[in-house]
Amino acid sequence: MPQSATPVQTPVVSMDAITKTFPGVTALDQVKLDLYPGQVTALVGENGAGKSTTVKVLTGIYQPNGGTIRIDGTPIAFGNPNAASDAGITAIHQETVLFDELCVAENIFIGHAPRNKLGLIDTREMHRAAQVLLDEIGAPFSTHAQLRDLGIANKHLVAIARALSVDARVVIMDEPTAALSHKEIEELYTLVETLKAQGKAILFISHKFDEIFRIADRYTVFRDGAFVGDGLIADIDENALVKMMVGRAVDQIFPTRTPNLGEDVLQVVGYDHPTEFADINFTLKRGEILGFYGLVGAGRSEFMQSLFGITRPSKGACKINGKIRIIRSPADAVANGIVYVPEDRGKQGAVIGLPIFQNITLPSLKRTSRSGFLQLAEEFKLAREYAQRLDLRAASLDQDVGNLSGGNQQKVVIAKWLATQPQVIILDEPTKGIDIGSKAAVHEFMTELASQGLSVIMVSSEIPEVIGMSDRVIVMRDGRIAAELSGDDLRPETLVRHAADITTAPKRQEA
Amino acid sequence: MLSRLFPARETILASAIMLLLVIVASRFHGFVAPSNLANVFNDTAPLIILALGQTVVILTRCIDLSVAANLALTGMATAMINVALPGLPIPVIIAIAVMLGAIMGAINGVLVWKLAIPPIVVTLGTMTIFRGIIFLISDGKWVNSHEMSAAFTGFPRAAFLGLPVLSWTAIATVIIFAIMMARTPLGRSIFAVGGNPHAAVYTGINVGKTQFFAFVISGALAGLTGYLWVARYAVAYVDIAGGFELEVVAACVIGGISIAGGAGSVGGAVLGAIFLGVVKNALPVVNISPFWQLAISGSAILIAVAFNARAGRAKGRIILKTTEANS
Amino acid sequence: MSDTAAQTRHIPDRLNSRAFRILRSWETLLLGVAIAIFVINTFTSPYFLNAWNLSDATFNFTEKAMIAFAMALLIISGEIDLSVASIIALASTAMGLAVQYGAGTPELVLIGLGVGLLCGAFNAVFVTILGLPSIVVTIGTMSLFRGISYIILGDNAFRGYPDSFAWFGQGYLYWVFTVEMLFFVVIAIFYGVLLHKTNFGRAVYAIGNNPTAALFSGIRVQRVKFILFLLTGLMSGVAAICLTSRLGSTRPSIATGMELEVVTMVVLGGINILGGSGSIPGVVIAAFVMGLVTFGLGLLNVPGIVMSIFIGLLLIGVIALPRLWSMFTARRAS
Repeated sequence: MPQSATPVQTPVVSMDAITKTFPGVTALDQVKLDLYPGQVTALVGENGAGKSTTVKVLTGIYQPNGGTIRIDGTPIAFGNPNAASDAGITAIHQETVLFDELCVAENIFIGHAPRNKLGLIDTREMHRAAQVLLDEIGAPFSTHAQLRDLGIANKHLVAIARALSVDARVVIMDEPTAALSHKEIEELYTLVETLKAQGKAILFISHKFDEIFRIADRYTVFRDGAFVGDGLIADIDENALVKMMVGRAVDQIFPTRTPNLGEDVLQVVGYDHPTEFADINFTLKRGEILGFYGLVGAGRSEFMQSLFGITRPSKGACKINGKIRIIRSPADAVANGIVYVPEDRGKQGAVIGLPIFQNITLPSLKRTSRSGFLQLAEEFKLAREYAQRLDLRAASLDQDVGNLSGGNQQKVVIAKWLATQPQVIILDEPTKGIDIGSKAAVHEFMTELASQGLSVIMVSSEIPEVIGMSDRVIVMRDGRIAAELSGDDLRPETLVRHAADITTAPKRQEA
Repeated sequence: MLSRLFPARETILASAIMLLLVIVASRFHGFVAPSNLANVFNDTAPLIILALGQTVVILTRCIDLSVAANLALTGMATAMINVALPGLPIPVIIAIAVMLGAIMGAINGVLVWKLAIPPIVVTLGTMTIFRGIIFLISDGKWVNSHEMSAAFTGFPRAAFLGLPVLSWTAIATVIIFAIMMARTPLGRSIFAVGGNPHAAVYTGINVGKTQFFAFVISGALAGLTGYLWVARYAVAYVDIAGGFELEVVAACVIGGISIAGGAGSVGGAVLGAIFLGVVKNALPVVNISPFWQLAISGSAILIAVAFNARAGRAKGRIILKTTEANS
Repeated sequence: MSDTAAQTRHIPDRLNSRAFRILRSWETLLLGVAIAIFVINTFTSPYFLNAWNLSDATFNFTEKAMIAFAMALLIISGEIDLSVASIIALASTAMGLAVQYGAGTPELVLIGLGVGLLCGAFNAVFVTILGLPSIVVTIGTMSLFRGISYIILGDNAFRGYPDSFAWFGQGYLYWVFTVEMLFFVVIAIFYGVLLHKTNFGRAVYAIGNNPTAALFSGIRVQRVKFILFLLTGLMSGVAAICLTSRLGSTRPSIATGMELEVVTMVVLGGINILGGSGSIPGVVIAAFVMGLVTFGLGLLNVPGIVMSIFIGLLLIGVIALPRLWSMFTARRAS
């Protein structure tokens, strides 16, 4: 049931019945969102709920197809990003969108730098003003530093300084803590308090509940592009919020299964990389689902890509069915029965521009062709077989994968790999950014694969998914294995403790 | 601060030029005499001016292959105007040259901005079109020095404070560009558009429009150079500066302007042009056939691009903490 | 393409029939242009419809087209080779040099092809092994390869090719059909089959659409690109043999500017300059269009440089007009 809190003040910005459609997709369906001065509003929703689109509408990147945005009660339309900026709305984006080749002061003031009498940029004044802003937020670097020399946390500070420099009334923070350490996150919280005290309205987008309950004053929940409800944080608890978000109780989504483990299929011994990971040892059994949990940036994807032959380890060996195999390229990995479903579908997974059937048969062309010549009938046969197994929803097999939804693109990528009849399938964040229906289908399917004797490695940052799906979980932290958990040890608290290094128990780092 | 003023690439290139001068000077002292160096600089001036225009275009992730054709067309047009109206004052001629060049640049810019046609296709097309138009307006005939007015041909050669006007034009262009790139919103936008077009949109910079202005700037400079070139050599015909667009791109690449956009400096482009100019002028002095010049500039491009790529190669993510505290 | 529109488990192979797709393709449009030019030429010049004249006209495009086919694959894969004309110069110079040492026709052919392959490999090493952008690398080798020709030849020219060598560029197979036409047809079929009918061709498309995803799908991206540079070099070698044989002499300025005509032919043929799409039949028709325009205007005594205006306009026009049209229709719809 949608519910609304009674506003105690007038919102600075209010979105009313905003709709945004793209060809084939309704990203936002009549959503509403109010932001109040001096308060933090958390925008909550699963991936694909429409949060990013909302940010783009508020900052003038997208123009909505319907509805009204009001500033102080007056309707306004943002034709372009400058109009939103002039209205005092500024955003700090998920990936810091700044300029590596420019210095800190230039990044802060690009587009609105102070000018001298000749109309030229007044560099001295710019650096002075930048210094004032950096001091205000306690940033520990020079205004002359090149942006490319700063770490992620410091880049965030530059983005925040930029937000302050335009004298924004509304600050949007899109998952600002995703790549930050604990200490840096604490500093960010202090900063948010400062901004609140200055009377700025803050829109805070986050997936982390502890964070939302710690700093937000209000919440707004979206689900599948639609408004679900809003209110005061003080009036709600975590469970109720989760229920609003997913629309059902969380612990019901995972299929039950009885694992049927066979012999060792994959053995990784002492994998090292100069900068990304070290000392990775584990074995994987036939029919097993092995979860890899860790914080973002713990080195899980980097290790998986090394196992798949994208990067080369500096040391270590990999045994498949007991025999040492050297994997120098993805082609070698595929030939040895290891396949990888990447996290970044658009860039690394589907070949957008090629039709569905060509995507599915791409790694299997040797089987469908005759002495190097394509056999279209064979290709369609193979593609149809796997498309139907995965319950792919598409108009035709000749359709460009770019026109499919995220969930169906993911199905194409998985179908492509299953068609190679692999032994080990690595799924990197397999359900990130796909709708709940497809999510359940992917989980169902993983279970089915494992029962058929395929070994599955699943990298996931979602604790319920890791616990609900895995037979065994390896936790990574700072590029190393922090723990290997199974059975009763598989509890959310244990995972988080190992992943975030807040345990006092002796760590298992050396094999 | 120091590393800001002297980035590694420019320092290395400047050292290479110095080394080249030292080697040549050891064989032939006269080469480094101030008057000869001034000649070399004057000879390189058109390349410097065009390289600056090309730099702006490349910084925005585009390329302008039509600069030499633009130069030749403007040069022919100004020469014919001079023949028809010998009394027209030089400032007017220069204004016409800059305007004509800018219009041709604007044509490139509009096609890239409004129709989103890849810049290499657009400028490949306009390059052949501009050359063809020269033939149409001139009927394939040459405009020779005796047809041009004395004021017309004398202007780039007129000495001022010991240097010809052509050299001063290059110096002025360098100064204006240094200020424009560092101190004007357009200059910073040009870097931003090439460095991170996605982010540029978020900061309210219009990517296509910035690319349009880059082409207009490049075109205007090509137009200006067109007049100076024709007046200096006192001849205009269809094929002048044929293939010069590649020398211009070469100067930029050698100067460390990244073809991927967003990275590079005015100083680098100038040094790249000077490097090519010194090589060209030094070859006859050290008794190497001028036929070596093409191969040398080709090798310089390959070395420069290999070097720049090595310097800028992305390292792997740093995840491991080398001093992992074991509790 | 909403997901709800296709609830059935059965997914058809194709929605549109083959005939429908062919009718709406770029190649069909281009073929229309070619026929129109042919008809206009027939009416404007009485000399046009003459078998011998038409046969002569094919020299306008056969050599360029040989390179254009290989270049088409290279551009589809997202790379480019601007050094092809310089490879011709170097290969031709090498053959001319060999003649001075008494090489016969078989040796000359081997040298021409060998230098082409070597130059292709040189480009390939810089692009695929050192990972440098091909546009810059080949602008560099464009100067380097021709520069070596200038170092060897300077102001001079190599002549004195053996009589039998003239067969490649001046020979006739039967009546008006030249040897170069045979090469053109054989090479067109070879590249057509390679691109459209083999696993290799599929890999080229995949790489051009998304090199990262292609790599992640187990395609050996760098190896494919290496082979494409080799093929482009090899074709430049073949073109060098034909052109040298036809001219009977070698100057270092041979084939100057041909790289741009080759790229124009490829783009006109509907190959996306940004990679990922295009077809060999398109390039074949584009070769005829360029040949017919040049020949037809030549008959009207239009000088070559003015013809280039038409080629330039054609290049921009064929890309701009469909975009202008869709902008126009979109504006009308809203």
